[in-house]
Amino acid sequence: MTAPLVDIRDLVKHYPGERGLLGLGRPRAPVRAVDGVSLTIAPGKTLGLVGESGSGKSTVGQTVLRLQEPTAGRVLFEGADVFALGTGEMRALRRRMQIVFQDPYSSLNPRMTVGRTLREPLEIHRLAPPAQMDTRVTALLDEVGLDPAFAGRYPHELSGGQRQRVGIARALSVEPRFIVCDEPVSALDVSVQAQVLNLLADLQQKRRLTYLFIAHDLAVVRHIADEVAVMYLGRIVERAPAAAIYSAPRHPYTRALLSAVPEPNPRAARDRIVLSGDIPSPAHPPSGCPFHPRCPHPRKNDRCRTEVPALRAVSGSPGHFAACHFAEEPM
Amino acid sequence: MTEPLLRVRDLKTYFVTDRGSGTAQAVDGVSFDLYPGETLGIVGESGCGKTVTSLSILRLIPEPPGHILPGSLVEFEGRNLLTLAAPELRAIRGNQIAMIFQEPMTSLNPVFTIGDQIAEAAIIHQRLSRKAARARAIEMLRLVGLPDPAERVDHYPHQLSGGMRQRVMIAMALVCHPKVLIADEPTTALDVTIQAQILELLDRLQAELGMAVLLITHDLGVVAGQADRVVVMYAGQVVETATTTELFDRPLHPYTEGLIAAVPRIDAPKSRLQAIPGQVPAATAWPSGCRFHPRCPHAWAKCTIEEPPLLGEGGHTARCWLVQEPARRRREP
Amino acid sequence: MTLQAWFALLAALALAAWAVGALRRRTARHEAGRRFFRHPTAAWGIGILAFFAIVAVAAPLVTSFDPRQQLDIVRLKNQPPSWSYILGTDLYSRDLWTRVAYGARISLMVGALGMLVAVTLGTLVGAVAGYYRRWVDAVLMRGVDVGLALPRIFVLLIAIALFGRLPLALLVLVIGFTSWFGTSRLVRAEVLSVRERDFVAAARAVGAGAARVIFRHVLPNAAAPIIVSAALGIGNVLLLEAALSFLGIGVPPPAPSWGNMIADGAPYLATAPWTTLFPGLAIALVVMALNAVGDALRDALDPRQEAM
Repeated sequence: MTAPLVDIRDLVKHYPGERGLLGLGRPRAPVRAVDGVSLTIAPGKTLGLVGESGSGKSTVGQTVLRLQEPTAGRVLFEGADVFALGTGEMRALRRRMQIVFQDPYSSLNPRMTVGRTLREPLEIHRLAPPAQMDTRVTALLDEVGLDPAFAGRYPHELSGGQRQRVGIARALSVEPRFIVCDEPVSALDVSVQAQVLNLLADLQQKRRLTYLFIAHDLAVVRHIADEVAVMYLGRIVERAPAAAIYSAPRHPYTRALLSAVPEPNPRAARDRIVLSGDIPSPAHPPSGCPFHPRCPHPRKNDRCRTEVPALRAVSGSPGHFAACHFAEEPM
Repeated sequence: MTEPLLRVRDLKTYFVTDRGSGTAQAVDGVSFDLYPGETLGIVGESGCGKTVTSLSILRLIPEPPGHILPGSLVEFEGRNLLTLAAPELRAIRGNQIAMIFQEPMTSLNPVFTIGDQIAEAAIIHQRLSRKAARARAIEMLRLVGLPDPAERVDHYPHQLSGGMRQRVMIAMALVCHPKVLIADEPTTALDVTIQAQILELLDRLQAELGMAVLLITHDLGVVAGQADRVVVMYAGQVVETATTTELFDRPLHPYTEGLIAAVPRIDAPKSRLQAIPGQVPAATAWPSGCRFHPRCPHAWAKCTIEEPPLLGEGGHTARCWLVQEPARRRREP
Repeated sequence: MTLQAWFALLAALALAAWAVGALRRRTARHEAGRRFFRHPTAAWGIGILAFFAIVAVAAPLVTSFDPRQQLDIVRLKNQPPSWSYILGTDLYSRDLWTRVAYGARISLMVGALGMLVAVTLGTLVGAVAGYYRRWVDAVLMRGVDVGLALPRIFVLLIAIALFGRLPLALLVLVIGFTSWFGTSRLVRAEVLSVRERDFVAAARAVGAGAARVIFRHVLPNAAAPIIVSAALGIGNVLLLEAALSFLGIGVPPPAPSWGNMIADGAPYLATAPWTTLFPGLAIALVVMALNAVGDALRDALDPRQEAM
């Protein structure tokens, strides 16, 4: 078993609650964005992290990269403890792990041309002498399928798909091993989405990249993930190899999520599991199992209300874990 | 054969851009019918003109920079909405034809309670007293499945979640029992599980109130599940019209085919997606001939020069020369 | 006034008008430029500023006398405008137009430099407070609150009391040091919002240090309030200089500044109003022009108006 490239252990990120009385009152309840997440990602693989709003998936992505400081927990990248590094070591580490953002309209500096945006990482890490900068930029643009002429353009002259490609090129410029893709295709049209997903898959093959692919769309994740983890209110509720999650999910939330995805097939049987109620706020998570107020499982009982289910291995399915008291008796 | 409730013929809405790049022909000759009680889905990606179409129906286009060209027809129950006098148009908006929008956060007024906002339409169109309108608002909140309606009626929009706000918008739209509901991407901004709730709600309400729904979306999955008939738009035009089952079984237009193939599916194993090469052209410079030809795998010389009309028979038409010359369709390499 | 000076004056007017036209043409390609000139007063504002700037630079050319030259203390004291002395003379029989022209140099320079000091300080403090937040922000902003609460005139009076008459350079610095508080608040607000945008996180992810992030990514995108602040700030400094000179602690005579010219003419308001009126008019015109330009800039640079 190869050592995992990324090893996330009991990651916790709480945001302090707002204080009333102009900042002088007692602090209100903290927002528990990430509440104890443990994951491993093997080199060269893609882990899909799926969840809706308030699940904490984006926070996980940003905290792993130390773009936000965690409240507790450790992240080991290639064996090194990410949170214990000093500024210089952290800067060196940034070359090996990168991020692609969701919103193509805000992920590029509107006042910098594409060329300057791509040159910046090369300048910071001194990856190329000034004479070769332009060649490197052209090579990067070529790799993501953009014409070299794009180097002189500003982001507002590009379409959403093109901007997203520039974001990917920027992430690639430092030659990372690991890329966090934070909902990279959610803001794109369907036809462009497919182009960018194919590009990401091709790049993974070519450069032997490892991805943490964050998304809310289970169908998109299907096409790129080897393993899938489902998050709800800051915790992982199920984790399994992709095939197992889609064919035999064990957690009621995963099942509801799968059935809620509208399928482009008019003949599909429409027995949607429609959950009642809203997604609770991460500042006031329910007691016990965070999903219990909306859970449609017929065996739901008092234990669900009082005891937080641990993420336990599921029998009969290797590498499959679910946090449900009734994981062995799925709906 | 029932008469259509809403007839749109050759709708053209253009925008003047001040960037010196000319006129954006956002909607360029769109025609479709909406029959009573049915759900018609308008599907397309960004830039195809579907939202502008829906706003044009109720004349909600800002006059500069946009304008609806004369010669366009939007007929509701026999009257042309585009030439109606303002008071008569206002009597229809919110009353006979209602609209809900994509972003519930910005579509609700943050300084009024949701009860006030729902009651407003009832007061304007049905001249109910404030008390009666408030009771009606509570009834509507119950109808759309909002818990504790008697209490919530005095809440402000910021106290509600996204899904609840969308329900409030639906309540506002339906308070006068309109005959047509225009829903512009009603679930795009919502989480998947909440989307399922809202779609189920729309199903139930349509069955109970018997209204026709014009559902505008970019999501083929939503259309497959909700619509009886579908209109596919590209580059400001209708490129295909069909019943939902026909559209997915036998898509005629290469864009529809490409779109269906590009949607990632839950049931398919990890694989490459079939992308449509290129990107949507700008509304200020539609390509010559068939507007899809630069991205079409089957295009030949005729496609670059002559713009195809809607071809085909029965309820299934497509704007493509392949309908007349199916032999030109290229096999997969 | 000599013929040569008249020609030079007309040339200055023509040059100012041409400058406005040229600016309009150069910016027509940009969305922001077109929005700027959509304001009817923007073009006038630019024209007035250009005119005064040209007059200040070419003061010797557009005037016929020396600003300190006392022409005829007996017969030409406080004379009304005439063909020879187009704006009249002051109490020391100096030509008023000459003094207005040379006064433009000092007043505009004090205004521009004072604003520069204020805006630089305000931007730095606001950027640091907005970027680092937490205790840095709290400490800096409480300092700004104190600064805003202090009445400026009193601070300047204290400075005078401590240092005696201030040389011009020190005056500019002191004005600058007391005028940056408002700008820092504006910049801080803008920085707070810009720092949340994804491209800032992306820059950090790529390894950029705080300095690079602030100067290359955050500030260029927070430039709008800074630029508007600067335009309006010059006006404020001009008025402040006028007030100080009026109190006798501004620009030392006999060097002309519009402020001390007003002070000189104040006792003669009833008998020779032009001695106060013309420098006052000059200040009013420039401040109004700056306000017009500032307003137009604010709308032109407003990102919410970008892209339909």
